[in-house]
Amino acid sequence: MNDLELIASSAVRLSLPLAFAAAGEYVAERAGTLNISVEAMMLGGAFCAVTGASITGSASLGLLAGIAAGLLVAFVHGTFSHRLAVNTYVVGLTLNVLVLGLTSFLAESAKATGHQVDVLRIPLLADVPTLGPVLFAHRWPAFLLVGIVPLVWWLVHRSRWGLEIRASGESPQSADVSGIDVNRRRRQALLVCGLLAGLGGAYLAVGEVGSFNQDMTAGRGYIVIAAVIFGGWTLRGTLAGCLLFGATDALRLALPALGYALNPQLLISAPYLLALIAMLVFAKSRQGPAALGTPFIRGIT
Amino acid sequence: MNRFSTLGLYAASLGGALLIVAGLVTASGYSAWDTLVALYQGSLQGGASIGLTIDEAAPLLLVAVGSIICTQAGIFNIGQEGQLAVGAMTGAAIALYCPGPGPAVLILALLGAAAGGAAWAGIAGLLYYWRRVDVVICSLLLVFVAMQLLSFAVNRSYLLQENAVPGQVMIPESDLLPLNERLPRLGSYPGLNVGTGVFVALALTALVALALRYGRWGFRLRMLGLNPIAARRAGVRAALLGTGAVVLSGAFAGLAGGVMLTGSSYRIQDGFADNVGWEGLLVALMARNRPVLAVPVALFFGALRAGGGFLASTGVPRYLVSIVTALLVLAAVFPVAFQEARRFQRGRATARAAALEGVAS
Repeated sequence: MNDLELIASSAVRLSLPLAFAAAGEYVAERAGTLNISVEAMMLGGAFCAVTGASITGSASLGLLAGIAAGLLVAFVHGTFSHRLAVNTYVVGLTLNVLVLGLTSFLAESAKATGHQVDVLRIPLLADVPTLGPVLFAHRWPAFLLVGIVPLVWWLVHRSRWGLEIRASGESPQSADVSGIDVNRRRRQALLVCGLLAGLGGAYLAVGEVGSFNQDMTAGRGYIVIAAVIFGGWTLRGTLAGCLLFGATDALRLALPALGYALNPQLLISAPYLLALIAMLVFAKSRQGPAALGTPFIRGIT
Repeated sequence: MNRFSTLGLYAASLGGALLIVAGLVTASGYSAWDTLVALYQGSLQGGASIGLTIDEAAPLLLVAVGSIICTQAGIFNIGQEGQLAVGAMTGAAIALYCPGPGPAVLILALLGAAAGGAAWAGIAGLLYYWRRVDVVICSLLLVFVAMQLLSFAVNRSYLLQENAVPGQVMIPESDLLPLNERLPRLGSYPGLNVGTGVFVALALTALVALALRYGRWGFRLRMLGLNPIAARRAGVRAALLGTGAVVLSGAFAGLAGGVMLTGSSYRIQDGFADNVGWEGLLVALMARNRPVLAVPVALFFGALRAGGGFLASTGVPRYLVSIVTALLVLAAVFPVAFQEARRFQRGRATARAAALEGVAS
């Protein structure tokens, strides 16, 4: 592989965990719930995936454990912020602190053995020069995205449930009047987000890395949020954002080895800066869901 | 009955949280009792420990009070972690490079820290004012930019990195502040000794509490928070007041960074903010946005932070402190929210019953 191929394939690999979680976060934000806890979902997913794989001896079962962890975090977040109406940012923050503490604590107390899922090479396609190794040879869960992304798009934009989700995000009061249980829809959207973010974290742990280390997601959840914002709350844009942010991460890792010097701090903060710039530039044309982040309490307008 | 059940609910949820922690510690093969003793020794046993608790509490209180100002105006600024870092950076730059008599530079550094935090929050405030960019998202994203800005500054010798002896490995941290530019401490080591930063924090807390309760500014701020439309109709300049609240909360976070810098760490390095910004937000939440209540809550969180340093003696990973913190926050929030939800549901049930009765008769 030449340098360019190397960077491209590592960019794709680094953006895959982001893409899983971002698809979920996209659903949650369209429902009007801004959950910072996506970081906790990913980290919990990563930890439980490694622990689950270590206990059962199967990396694939580890993926399921990771999904379960994401769902659990989503359930707690949904209960606190969309059943009990506690401020969603504070709940998310607390969950991030909690899961970071828990996983670090448990990882130090009990050592798990490493497991990794297998690489799947799509026959023929993987042999295409340049594009083959970049796109068609990955750990097998990566190819789940091929199904997940269209499914998420269909769910949000073509199903009745998705219409209700989007209504809950845009105008919860009107949604409520037309008989939609806004908070239930938001909890459900959170669960979808938990499922996918847990899978994303699990993919990072048992797919790419093969083990768990303390704070291994290192703010990827926040990058996911930045990706959704950067994408102007469209699925297409969100995934493009993931790819872009994966590429900046790949550049940060690859450039020093190739002998180029580019400010690492600038590259690390690039996702956040780009998201800010995107918000600034598209502030008028591509706005987020109108009720994003505001709790829905019946009777209060 | 109602009050009794509130207390019972609090006791149950706090007890539940502590039980989970105790179970976790025991299951991981440590002694829950030893852990508790270590936390106590680190935070409350003897003057030095109590002083440490108070020192840890002071920046938390400042951050919390700033966040309360903003929340009262109905705006959430959750970027304190970054504002604190930028504030501390500004303070460090002034303290290290500004010539002059020590105390004057100290005061200038603290003011500069507040200004730095205010400016960083001001970006979020300005973008909101200018392009209606969401304050929460903007301030959150700016946290991570601030972290990298700090990392950048302490990795450049022409900015804040220490002046190392030639040949020595360069560590990403600044020089120590000169002795006469540090906040004076009351008392001496083995006995009770506290930095003077806590008095700054307490004075500002009292000021904010009074202004929010009795001042014209506080009245307008609360009005804006309770109903922005009504406030605007009543002649409150919402954009100005709201942006002002964001900037002011940033100034408090920046000042917290300045107090940490000049009061305890004396130098700035990578990861300087050390979650104080996030935890300050949690303090504000647990104090239910009342400045006076924030004082005991901040002390409690400070005690946890101070005690965490002592955990090493028992072998329990120090991460336990963040687990305890988070679980206690959830446990403290749960009863109120639960009762509100219950009251709301009961209200709906009675309304429905009354409506059905009306139909029947």
